[in-house]
Amino acid sequence: MTRHLRVDGPTHDDRLDHMAQGILGQPLNRLEGPLKVTGWAAYAAEARPANMVYGVLVQATVPAGKVLEIGDAPGALAVIQDKRMVRYAAQGMDQKGPTSGPDQIEYMGQAIALVVAESFEAARHAAQNIAVRYKVSSVPVEPEAVTPELPPKKQSAAGDVDKAMREAAVTLDQVWHTPSQMSAAMEPHAAIAEWDGDQVTIRAALQMLSSNRKQMADALGIKEQNLRLLSPYVGGGFGSKLGINAEAVSAAIAAKELGRPVMVAMTRQQVFDLAHRRSETRQRIRLACDADGRLTGIGHEVLVSNLPSSEFTEPVAQATPFTYQAAHRQVVHAVARIHRGCAGSVRAPGEAVGVTVFECAMDELAEAAGIDPVELRLRNIPDVEPTTDRPFSSHKLAEALREGARLFGWSNRKPTGQQVEGEWMIGMGMAAAVRVNMLVESRARVTLTQDGQAVVETDMTDIGTGTYTILGQLAAEMLGLPIEQVEVRLGDTNFPPASGSGGSFGAASSGNSVYLACEEIRGQIAKAMDCDEADLTLQDGMARAGNVARLLSDLIDGQISGEGHLQPGKTEKSHRQATWGSHWAEVAVNRWTGEVRVRRMMGVFACGRVLNEKTARSQCLGGMTFGIGIALTEAMEHDSRDGHAVSRDLAEYHIPTHADVPPLEVHFLPERDAYVGPLQAKGLGELGICGAGAAVLNAIHNACGVRVRHLPATPDKIVAGLKD
Amino acid sequence: MQITLHLNGATHDLDLDPRTTLLDALRHHLGMTGTKKGCDHGQCGACTVLMGGRRINACLTLACMAQDAQITTIEGLGSPERLSPLQQQFLDHDGFQCGYCTPGQICSATAMLEEMEAGWPSHASENLDGPFELSHAEIAERMSGNLCRCAAYANIVAAIQQAAGTTDHREDAA
Repeated sequence: MTRHLRVDGPTHDDRLDHMAQGILGQPLNRLEGPLKVTGWAAYAAEARPANMVYGVLVQATVPAGKVLEIGDAPGALAVIQDKRMVRYAAQGMDQKGPTSGPDQIEYMGQAIALVVAESFEAARHAAQNIAVRYKVSSVPVEPEAVTPELPPKKQSAAGDVDKAMREAAVTLDQVWHTPSQMSAAMEPHAAIAEWDGDQVTIRAALQMLSSNRKQMADALGIKEQNLRLLSPYVGGGFGSKLGINAEAVSAAIAAKELGRPVMVAMTRQQVFDLAHRRSETRQRIRLACDADGRLTGIGHEVLVSNLPSSEFTEPVAQATPFTYQAAHRQVVHAVARIHRGCAGSVRAPGEAVGVTVFECAMDELAEAAGIDPVELRLRNIPDVEPTTDRPFSSHKLAEALREGARLFGWSNRKPTGQQVEGEWMIGMGMAAAVRVNMLVESRARVTLTQDGQAVVETDMTDIGTGTYTILGQLAAEMLGLPIEQVEVRLGDTNFPPASGSGGSFGAASSGNSVYLACEEIRGQIAKAMDCDEADLTLQDGMARAGNVARLLSDLIDGQISGEGHLQPGKTEKSHRQATWGSHWAEVAVNRWTGEVRVRRMMGVFACGRVLNEKTARSQCLGGMTFGIGIALTEAMEHDSRDGHAVSRDLAEYHIPTHADVPPLEVHFLPERDAYVGPLQAKGLGELGICGAGAAVLNAIHNACGVRVRHLPATPDKIVAGLKD
Repeated sequence: MQITLHLNGATHDLDLDPRTTLLDALRHHLGMTGTKKGCDHGQCGACTVLMGGRRINACLTLACMAQDAQITTIEGLGSPERLSPLQQQFLDHDGFQCGYCTPGQICSATAMLEEMEAGWPSHASENLDGPFELSHAEIAERMSGNLCRCAAYANIVAAIQQAAGTTDHREDAA
């Protein structure tokens, strides 16, 4: 039986706090951890079906135009050019395949063919040496070179920001630039496709199997039921594996054509070309406040870019409408249609760069107004969502700010440029953290056997997020079992379709579906116990109600199972849902070289119920470190002539490494959000990145007085701003 | 060409294209996929293995260069039922998330601790002669050839510090 819930109202009952097993929230080690630390966990490219051959993608070497002819590939089995091959990746949750027809080139580096050979070495050699004749078109590749579109749904305004700016006691009007950024998950995109008659099985590196299955079936022109996707282990995603991409589609096409299993793995450089980039942004921020620091005007005007044929627009100012109060407000999202690689979701699309820049602006306003940056934020927290007057589902920003200031020792912060240790200038910075929260439809099945073993099955993925572990803990808590008696099976489209991993909605969405499936099973046990489900206590394989206690094995005949089906409902609209926090950083800036060392960093976060304290903390560590990268090192530069990504590998695109990251501190505020389903848990995978970079940039200013508005703050830009 | 690899205590005779890297010999020809391919250019460290006890990038090493050498991969350090002390500490400290860089981090850390014991200094060392303190800065500097995009860095350093308290970094499963 399926237990269904549409989240139309609040859940004030904290029943998960009163279950008997006491395992939910505990900092358990990852269930799949032993397989990962020994190399036994098998990722997408890590199967060897008999007779498998290797494919290597051929990429366009011109920015736009048409492929006229592709030459021979000596030593190869086949050169696959199929009109079903895709030009770029599907966007997250697309219900159809992305634009196909690889002979029409939209950007330099686009996949245009696949070379297949008996060995990887032969395929690589042939792909690199193949001759391609093009008809080349001239296209714009610079965002400032075209007149941008203004999608009507992406604009909003209330009052008159110009007037507010004219009449305010203190104002700020500055422009920031952030470069294209790359998810750069450690596992390059890869797939192994194998056909059995009309049935194809594709092992792939994907985040959202249920929508990926629809995209892939559409792209291949086959029925969904003839397609099975397997992603039991995914080597990181950060948005780059939300939608199907060229490697998996071409592997499936080639495998059918050759009648043999085909593996296609992108090279690292291909990942930079073919996975979605986060769009570069130009952000003009205008702030107006009275002498007490109360905001009267907020303007956030954004320019991003994407291909002409892609729907996605980086939602940079997504959190701006509801983070701070102001009577006069304006949000502008302009999109330049240019021919750089496709833009899409990268960890915390919108807030990752939008909140980061906005929080830098708040720091500048605080300085201009002569108000402490923490105090400025506290004075501008709205009681209800500005412009809509919707209530917040919960609101923890003030608490995160006050608690963070106390824990970090904010009161020890010195005025700008006043703390010097030898050649190092020391500074502290802070920023607010905010990220929208959402639920996505999700299903799961739980089976409980007579011997007290529970199996959780859903096509949810674990991309490093801890899904195996938290779903196991949930089932163990609800069914009263030790964690050793719960098995979690993920990443297989033969299981019930889940939300997938993306947008920080995975844990809460799939978690609620497991909760519901377990509730269904508890109902069946209660029936056998002749009691109300609410009166049932399950613990260590025993069922108790009143003064009756029985072994689960005596109550279950064979096995019982339940399915859970969660759908978002009215609370999505009735309440503004978001997660909140605060970021704190201490940096040292070298007075001669401009080098920045982050000395310590702390985050305080509120995300509703924490499902596993250890894996939740790791999510925050990861987000905060992304913030260090955004602030200091990460820039995907484009060639101004043809738009191609110049910094397209891990030697040129600098993600933070061990030496860039100090010991990080993470604190969670206790919270139960009633409007996000019975789990009362919200997303966490992205909150850690939202604003983290601003804390670092603001600390740089406090250390040495330099504001860097062209991110990242590399030493050359800091040195240029230092006074002699 | 004919190549003999001594791998985790076993001997494998392979007939390989001369262009085959040690990494691809492991992954494509021996099915030993514990060693990961993250960049194929020596930039990320995911393919770190031990050759003659020293950490190397298997992607920058042709298989024929490993002829007659003793190679240890992540599979040779421990197994799910019998974790090496470092593997156990990575598990306990959550020194990984997606797990893809993890075998490289653990192989690298295994050799790194031996380098420290052998008196090799690093950029972060206070002196050139040792002994070296297992400080955050010292470990972070020595592990910076191994990238982790999930950014388990803080936990990895803690795991290594904890494991270094034990003397034997290898639990040979072979």
